[in-house]
Amino acid sequence: MLCSYSCGSSDHTLSRRGFLGGALGFGALVLDPMMRPAFARELQQQQKRVLMIWLNGGSSQLETWDPKPGTDTGGPFQTIATSAPGVHISELLPYTAKQMHRLALVRGLNTAEDDHGKGSVIMHTGRRQEPAMKWPHLGSVCAKLLGDRDNPLPGYIHITPRGNGGVNSEDAAFLGPRYASVSLSDGHAPANLDRPTNLSTNDDQRRHELRIHADRRFLRSRRTAMTEAYTQSYEQAEQLMRKRDLFALDKEPPAVVDRYGRHDFGRHCLMARRLLEGGATFVKVSHSNYDTHHENFDFHIEQVGEFDRPFATLVEDLHERGLLSSTLILVASEFGRTPKINRNYGRDHWSRAWSVALGGCGIKGGSVSGKTNANGTVVADGQVHGGHLFHTYLKALGFDSKKNFYIDQRPIPIADPKASPIAEVLA
Amino acid sequence: MTATPAPKLDPANTHLLKEYKHDSPLLGCRFDPSGQFVFAGAQDNRIVRWHLDSGKKTLLEGHKSWVRALAFAAKQLISADYAGRILFWPADAEMPKPTRILDAHRGWVRALAVSPDGNTLASCGNDHLIKLWSVADGKLVRELPGHDCHVYNVAFHPDGKHLVSADLKGNVKVWSREREQLAERELDAKILHKYDGGFLADIGGVRGMAFDADGSLLACAGITNVSNAFAGVGNPLIVLLDFQSGKQKQLLKPKTPFQGTAWGVVVHPSGFVAGVGGGNGGMLWYWKPDNAQDFFSLKLPNNARDLALHPDGKRLAIPFFDGVVRTYSLEPAPTPPKPAPSPKPAPKPKKG
Repeated sequence: MLCSYSCGSSDHTLSRRGFLGGALGFGALVLDPMMRPAFARELQQQQKRVLMIWLNGGSSQLETWDPKPGTDTGGPFQTIATSAPGVHISELLPYTAKQMHRLALVRGLNTAEDDHGKGSVIMHTGRRQEPAMKWPHLGSVCAKLLGDRDNPLPGYIHITPRGNGGVNSEDAAFLGPRYASVSLSDGHAPANLDRPTNLSTNDDQRRHELRIHADRRFLRSRRTAMTEAYTQSYEQAEQLMRKRDLFALDKEPPAVVDRYGRHDFGRHCLMARRLLEGGATFVKVSHSNYDTHHENFDFHIEQVGEFDRPFATLVEDLHERGLLSSTLILVASEFGRTPKINRNYGRDHWSRAWSVALGGCGIKGGSVSGKTNANGTVVADGQVHGGHLFHTYLKALGFDSKKNFYIDQRPIPIADPKASPIAEVLA
Repeated sequence: MTATPAPKLDPANTHLLKEYKHDSPLLGCRFDPSGQFVFAGAQDNRIVRWHLDSGKKTLLEGHKSWVRALAFAAKQLISADYAGRILFWPADAEMPKPTRILDAHRGWVRALAVSPDGNTLASCGNDHLIKLWSVADGKLVRELPGHDCHVYNVAFHPDGKHLVSADLKGNVKVWSREREQLAERELDAKILHKYDGGFLADIGGVRGMAFDADGSLLACAGITNVSNAFAGVGNPLIVLLDFQSGKQKQLLKPKTPFQGTAWGVVVHPSGFVAGVGGGNGGMLWYWKPDNAQDFFSLKLPNNARDLALHPDGKRLAIPFFDGVVRTYSLEPAPTPPKPAPSPKPAPKPKKG
C-alpha cells in the first residue's frame, strides 16, 4: 500500500521558511569554515530549536513545580524561593530555582488521562489517542517546520537512558519517516558510525550510490512507509557520520563534565547541549523513572536530585552561549501524581491537576499560568490541557498554531483546533 | 528498644490492647522510659502523646516536616524531622514545648539514638553523616563521615563503647567510641538493598535496627527480593547479625508470603525477635534467632510502620498508616467472665 504523507508541494509544505519568512538554512552555512564567528552566532540565534526533557513515568508536581507543604497532601518537603519573584518550588530543585527567571510554570494542567501510554500521546502530540488517526509528535512537527533538509542531523533526536537506539517511524505519523525520532541509547552515537577501516572512501561511495540506485528503482513501484523508513535510516546514518564529533563527550573539559554530573542524566544533558549547539532541531532527553507508587519521597529525592543540577546547568549554558532565546525548553511527563499519599508512601497516577515547566524561546521567564487549590487536588484557575500546551509550543517558536498540514489535499490542523496558546506564559 | 528485667512471655498470646487515634498517618513511635506514655510522629508534622491508661491525647507542635525519629534521655523527648531539625521536649509536661532546636542535618534526619549513659545523642540522615551531640547542652561533639548514601539508622551498643550506623545500601558500620573518626569495621546487610535497573533507582535500606539486651545480636529490618521497586514488590526481611564475629546469624522471613517492607524490629529480652511489616496490609511476626521462619504471626488491621517495646516488656506499640497507634499485650488475654447460669424456671403451679 502506498503511503500518504503530508505532500511536499510548495502549496502544502509548511516549512520553516513558510512560517518564519525565509530565514537562511543554518545547517548548510554552519559547515562553512570561512564563516566569521559573529555571523555564525547570529545565524545560530535565528535558528530555533527545542529541548524537551521527558520525566518518564510521571513526576510528582508536588515534589517539583507546585509544592503544598503543610497540607495533608504536601508530603515532607519544603518550598524554596526562586530567582523569579513570588515563585516557590520544591526544595528538591535548588539549582533550577536559580534559573526560574528564565522558566515559566503551567500549574493548571488537566489532561484527564491516567494511563501511561495515552498520557504520553497527549503530551507528545497535543491530542488524545484516537483509533483511526495517529498524530505526529511535537518533535516530528518541529523537525518538519524548523528543520532544514541540508542539516546532517536528524530533525528529532531522542536521548534515552537505555534501549537499542534506532529510528521510531511511528512518531512522525503522516509526516513520514524523514521526521521520525532517532533514539540514541544512553546518549551514544548510533553503532557503527565509523566507516570500516578495510573499506576505502571510494568503495564506500560506490556502495552508497549502488544502494540509492536500487532503492529508487524499488520505490518507483513500491513506496510504503516501511520502505521509505528503511531508505531514510540509511540516509540518516550517512549524515550522522559527518557529525560524529558531536557525540564525543571526551572533547569537553573535565570541569564542564563535572558541572553536568558524571551520571547518565548529566552526560545526556551535556550531549543535548552539544547537539543543540551543533545544529540539532529537536532534542528530547528522557530521565527515568518517576512512576513512584511506592516510596514516592525517597525516589523523588534520588530522581529529582539527579535531574536538578544538569538541567539547570543546561539552561545556564544555553543562556551563556546566546542560544536560550532561540531554544524552547519544556519539561513534561505523562501526568502528575496523586495529591493523596498512599499507604506505601507512594503517589499514584494523577492527571487532573498537575504542572509542566517551559522556558527559553518565546516564553516569559518567571511567569506562572494556572493555579491549583490549597492541597493541589483540583485546578482552581487557568485550567488547560495538552492541546493548549501544543499551541503554546508552536506559538513560542513563532508559528501560527492554527495552520494546517495537508494530506492528499485534505487540511489537517497542526494543533487541536479547539484549544489555543496559553497567553500568560508567552513573551 | 530493649527492656529489663526479662519477663517470660509467650508471643502466641499477643492480642490488641488499646487503640489511640490521630487524624494523620503515623510514621514512628516510642514508649517513654517511665512507661506512662506512647509518642508517635505523624505526617502532619506533629508528635502525638497519649497517656496509656487514660488515653489523653496531647499534640506537640514545632516540627516543620514529618517526624519518624524519637528517642529519650531521662525525661527528655528528642525528636527529629525530615527538615533536618532535632527538637528537645520535656516528655511529661502538661503541654510540652521545645526546649532546644538543633539545625542538625542537611535534609532528612532519619534516626536518633541515645547512649546507655544518657549523655550522648546520635543522629543520622540524608547528608550521609552521623552526628554526635551532647544531650546536656545540645553541642555538636563529632561528625562521622564515611557513608556514601543516605544513612537510615543508628544505634548504640548496650556496652556504650560502640555505635552502629546503617544506610540505604545495607552497609552497616561499627564505630568505636574511642576512635570515632573511622569506622572500625563493617557488617553486611546489603541484601536489604537493590538498584532496580528497570526504574534506574535504589530501593531498600535498613528501616529498623535493634540490638538484643546483651549486644550479641544486631537485627536489621527492610525489604529484599525486589522485582519492581516502584510498586514495592518485594518481601520483608530481618537480617540478624552476630555482632562479635560480624557474621550473618540468620535471615528472618515470614512463613506465609507477604509483600512489603519490614519497618520495625525489636529483640525482646527473653530472646525472640519481633518485627512488623507494611505493604500489602500489615503483619506482626515473631522469630527465634535460630530459625529463619516465624513461629507466630498476627495479621494487623493496616500497614504497620514501626515497632516499640514497652519498658515492662509486656506490651508493643505499632503506629499505622490509618493514624492509629495500637498497643498489643503479650500476656494472656483476660478470660471473659463466665455467663451467670440462667435461673431455673419456676415450677408451674399445679392445677387444682
